Amino acid sequence: MERIKEKFIELKEKKEKALVGFLTGGDPDMSKSFDIITKMCESGIDVLELGIPFSDPTADGPVIQRSSARSIAKGINISKILELTKKIRTITDIPIILFTYYNPVLAFGVKKFYKQAVKSGADGVLVVDLPPEESDEMTKFWKDDNFSLIRLLAPTTPLDRMKNILKSASGFIYLVSKTGVTGSDGLDASKVLKQTKMIRSACDLPVCVGFGISTPDDVRQIASFADGVVIGSAFEKLIEDNIAKPDLPSIIAKKVKECKKATVFSQ
Amino acid sequence: MNSKRKTPDSNGHFGLFGGRYVGETIMPAILELEDAFYKYSKNRNFIEELSSLLKNYVGRPTPLYYARRLSKEINGASIYLKREDLAHTGAHKINNTLGQALLARYMGKTKLIAETGAGQHGVATATTAALFGMQCHIFMGIQDIQRQAPNVKRMELLGAKIIPVDSGTGTLKDAMNEAMRYWVGEVKETFYIIGSVAGPHPYPEMVREFQKIIGIETKEQIMHSTGKLPDTLIACVGGGSNAMGLFYPFLNDKKVEMIGVEAAGKGLDTDKHAATLSKGTVGVLHGSKSYVLQDKFGQINEAHSISAGLDYPGVGPEHSLLKDTKRASYLSITDNEALDALHALCRHEGIIPALESSHALAQAMKTAKGKSPQNIIIVNLSGRGDKDLETVLSFDAKQ
Repeated sequence: MERIKEKFIELKEKKEKALVGFLTGGDPDMSKSFDIITKMCESGIDVLELGIPFSDPTADGPVIQRSSARSIAKGINISKILELTKKIRTITDIPIILFTYYNPVLAFGVKKFYKQAVKSGADGVLVVDLPPEESDEMTKFWKDDNFSLIRLLAPTTPLDRMKNILKSASGFIYLVSKTGVTGSDGLDASKVLKQTKMIRSACDLPVCVGFGISTPDDVRQIASFADGVVIGSAFEKLIEDNIAKPDLPSIIAKKVKECKKATVFSQ
Repeated sequence: MNSKRKTPDSNGHFGLFGGRYVGETIMPAILELEDAFYKYSKNRNFIEELSSLLKNYVGRPTPLYYARRLSKEINGASIYLKREDLAHTGAHKINNTLGQALLARYMGKTKLIAETGAGQHGVATATTAALFGMQCHIFMGIQDIQRQAPNVKRMELLGAKIIPVDSGTGTLKDAMNEAMRYWVGEVKETFYIIGSVAGPHPYPEMVREFQKIIGIETKEQIMHSTGKLPDTLIACVGGGSNAMGLFYPFLNDKKVEMIGVEAAGKGLDTDKHAATLSKGTVGVLHGSKSYVLQDKFGQINEAHSISAGLDYPGVGPEHSLLKDTKRASYLSITDNEALDALHALCRHEGIIPALESSHALAQAMKTAKGKSPQNIIIVNLSGRGDKDLETVLSFDAKQ
């Protein structure tokens, strides 16, 4: 939590926006995944969103579905992602948000998950299929506010509901840019701007926008008004297309640098 | 309402089970659906329109038939068949698709989508879409497209577009994943017709309400013909809609035993079965909490059954509650036992049952043994078997 807060303060001072990088942990395998993440951290991501693979990712498009399947095929599970988190924590101080569906957490044990996630150095979790209506069953085990439940808002979220969700939000707000699954086209910056303004009028937390953002141009557009942008499928696509190449981490790093540049507004 | 305490509660929970585990994009649509369902299911026009369609279009009430020769052959309890196979489109699924499609029309939605395994729900949805002049997309796993080819043709003939799903095992679970993904993108105009008592609230309750006509009719019919309640109700359970439809109106008749029959596939001691309630653990799949076939890290396992409609690693949340409270018991029947029952019904009664329903029938034939003819067992014959001819013939050829 402190890490998230401090990161956004730091970025504000530098006149930068956050580049949030998503990757499915363990894709294409555990050691390459760690190498890629290390490179991403060195190359400028401000927040890491680390995906726990799930067999039935209903909110994800084909690219992340396949990355999840690759990771599962390597025997990766929630327990191994928590170990990976611990290892990543030794090389970076950026906020780490675990990204997951609820079933792996439930199977692992919600209490045990919280304890081990905090211990491993994660700063929060985003559970894509756990709406506020059901989330008490998980957060009731959370002792203090050193761990954030990142709330999602969608283009379909009505104003009243949005205000209610914002009351229990912490860390930052994840604004889904469009109706649809991850990775699909159809980014409409003017709509996102409108909704970002609505969120700002009701809440002081940073707003990060995700889904359908893949190019530096997309990043520049969204970062001109939001506090951060999330890129996931575009990185996973690069992994998929260059899976056998020894310089895979550098290929991802190059993309990170291009996108990070588009979040800097100081010049 | 039959039940003393209302299930589900206002958040869609059946005890520990049920609920709404979906992404935020869908959440408002589900809340809108819940409001609309509670509103229109009490609306007089809606009720009259639906009951007229059920009577004049579906052909309800379906008969409750005493299977005299089969019962005599077993030499035990008397077996009655609730003939949902005689409903229009050949299965109970139409009860629900008419209800939901009518609701979609009242809500002003113009597109219907549905997932299908055996194809019966897909055919029922396509039929309803044609009847109401609505656009229709059916998501179906590639494995199921192959083994239920006649139903694919029927859906196409009815004007539906089939979307083949090749992710995962290419079965019902994957079709449902893909339908949910599509729905996220088209949530404003599209109504997602879920075919079972599964999915996020209000689906399990809504599907039960549209299917409970089966049990209501059954109760009247058996009282009329025998003057007493049945001893046992038996229905197959994939997601569990035909079982819930039969069981629900009898829940408070404590002396009526209820048996849900899952697919044991090649056997419960193998990994090729779909016995979610017998072998599963509590998890969240497709928007609700229920028993699920999964590994210890929460990855969903593949299910297996000769019957595409039972080939599902989840189950409706209310069945999970009925199992835990022991109000119903859940047993399982293997592929082979189901096939034997299918043949028995063909030969003794001249009825070709669906492979799904054959699981319930096989259990009834076991349960009936050693009982007196005064003992009444009612089987929900949820669908007809024409769609399964190829599967049955190719299986028989291998024997």
